[in-house]
Amino acid sequence: MEHGGEWYEVIDAPGTYSLEGIAEAERIAARLVEEADIVINVVDAGNLERNLYLTFELTERQKPMVVALNMWDEAKKRGIDIDLKALESILGVPVVPVVATTGEGIKNLLAALQEARIPHFVSPDHTRRWEEIGKVISEVQRFSYRRPTWRDTLQRVTLLPGAGLLFGLAVLVGIFFSVRFIGEGLIHLLDPLFERYYLPLLERLGVLLSRYPLWYEVLIGKPVDGHIDFELSLGLLSTGVYVSLGAVLPYVLAFYLVLGLLEDVGYLPRLAVLLDGFLHRLGLHGYSVVPMLLGLGCNVPGIMATRVLESEKERFVVTVLIAIGIPCSAQQALIVGALAPHGVAPVLVVYGTLFAVVISLALLLKYLVPGFRPPLICEIPPYRLPFPKAVLSKLWVRLRGFLRDALPIVFLGTLIVNLLYLTNAFPALARFVSPWLSRMLGLPPEAILVIALGILRKYMAMGLLLPLGLSVKQLVIASVVISLFFPCVAAFVVVLREFGWKRLFEAVAIMLSFAFIVGSLLNMLL
Amino acid sequence: MKSEGAEAVEEIRSLVEMETGGKGEIVRIDGGEGMVKRLWVLGVVPGKRIEKVSSIIGKGPVVIRLGQQEIALGRGIAQRILVRVER
Repeated sequence: MEHGGEWYEVIDAPGTYSLEGIAEAERIAARLVEEADIVINVVDAGNLERNLYLTFELTERQKPMVVALNMWDEAKKRGIDIDLKALESILGVPVVPVVATTGEGIKNLLAALQEARIPHFVSPDHTRRWEEIGKVISEVQRFSYRRPTWRDTLQRVTLLPGAGLLFGLAVLVGIFFSVRFIGEGLIHLLDPLFERYYLPLLERLGVLLSRYPLWYEVLIGKPVDGHIDFELSLGLLSTGVYVSLGAVLPYVLAFYLVLGLLEDVGYLPRLAVLLDGFLHRLGLHGYSVVPMLLGLGCNVPGIMATRVLESEKERFVVTVLIAIGIPCSAQQALIVGALAPHGVAPVLVVYGTLFAVVISLALLLKYLVPGFRPPLICEIPPYRLPFPKAVLSKLWVRLRGFLRDALPIVFLGTLIVNLLYLTNAFPALARFVSPWLSRMLGLPPEAILVIALGILRKYMAMGLLLPLGLSVKQLVIASVVISLFFPCVAAFVVVLREFGWKRLFEAVAIMLSFAFIVGSLLNMLL
Repeated sequence: MKSEGAEAVEEIRSLVEMETGGKGEIVRIDGGEGMVKRLWVLGVVPGKRIEKVSSIIGKGPVVIRLGQQEIALGRGIAQRILVRVER
């Protein structure tokens, strides 16, 4: 970046409150500071005390520094007044108020770069640091009384001991319905586009491929009544593309939009705090609610998000819970598609069963997987109005991640499975075990075959279960079993990548035994 | 340090026992080194004044306010943080 005839290379270090910790972000930040010529210390003006800790650490590094007091407008609204001159003279570096979202004060910040100084402030000995910060704060910060705003009230109410928890549960229900609403709206928008533009393209390709029946079968699939059917033809380019982009992507988009909004408002840490008591009894951390929520969109980013958890044990446990108990958008489309015509009750039975599975699985793993569970220590940010540009760019990053990481593996997997299917190896294996399974699960052998194929091809299961004429009970059992299986090839790959073969085998063993036990139980109980 | 004896009823309570809405000064943290260190960086240290904002039902975390910052602490930690309650 150029300013005043000089070129600056700007590097954004990870947000951190300390340079001395062992967390990855802290180590990277410390190294970047070491390499930098000038440090721009961006500080939340509304929370100066907290940020002075890092500022003190930075003064020890003896680098030319400028302090940017960010969110200055908000701090003023909250009645916080900071004596800039006093802070400048204590630290010995320029202090510039800015508002990053509107760009206010950025010019002054750039101008101040020329004045960047090595702080003359002598940071006190580590053990007395907070004491010293207290002294500085009492010199530079003043409060004027402000009547509590609606935001303060909301902040207080949503953390009330009981009402806050009820509100949190209402938010979870709200997420579910708004995702359904937005997702279905998008599907109605996209469907005509597929019919009008994509179908003719496929038909033309079909004519070209008619001389190569093998490729036709793999890419386009079986025609239904002489036509390509997006849901039933099962080819890579017909059903594969349609279900991924036309049926699942809209839900994934809707989900990440709603989640991104909640994130930027600052609600997610509160949700983690509210649910911590409950999750703690399951051997989990309040934080694990975030990866599990993400998993409702697509299991793959959910499993990746377990990286926010501190212990390896917890990461694996939450990953297993997501892969087995949390139905992704595609699995939910299947549940709703197969059961909604029979009323709300069967859908609720499936979701209720999955919920029970998550709870009992968590309790089981609490004892099976040893390891230390660190206690919850969580900072709660104030509510903020989300900044539309930031919400949209985050949505885009996540969608791109989904399109780039999950989709290619799904397509590749589908291609391999389609080829395997042609060799008849897979159906033969499924037929071998199906008589026994069908007795335990109360399903006809053909349905077992469909479920077995459903391990790798969820949408195929959706299309093939319907024509079998199953009873509602059988549909419920089949939906539960299919949902308990890993959602798709991509989920297997991401578990393998994150945890290795041993953990993957453990997870698959848990998956198979749970699917079998729960399916049999439902058969006996319903 | 205030003159002792003048205010004889000085209460030391853990964050869990303390009343919601109450204020006080942290006097001691009975925890392992790792926990004390994590709390230290957040400014949850002896000598700091805090306000107990909430205590989520169902043995949930205790939420305190420390300066401008709200911090939630799991029940297990909250039990080990002792506060001299202001009356």
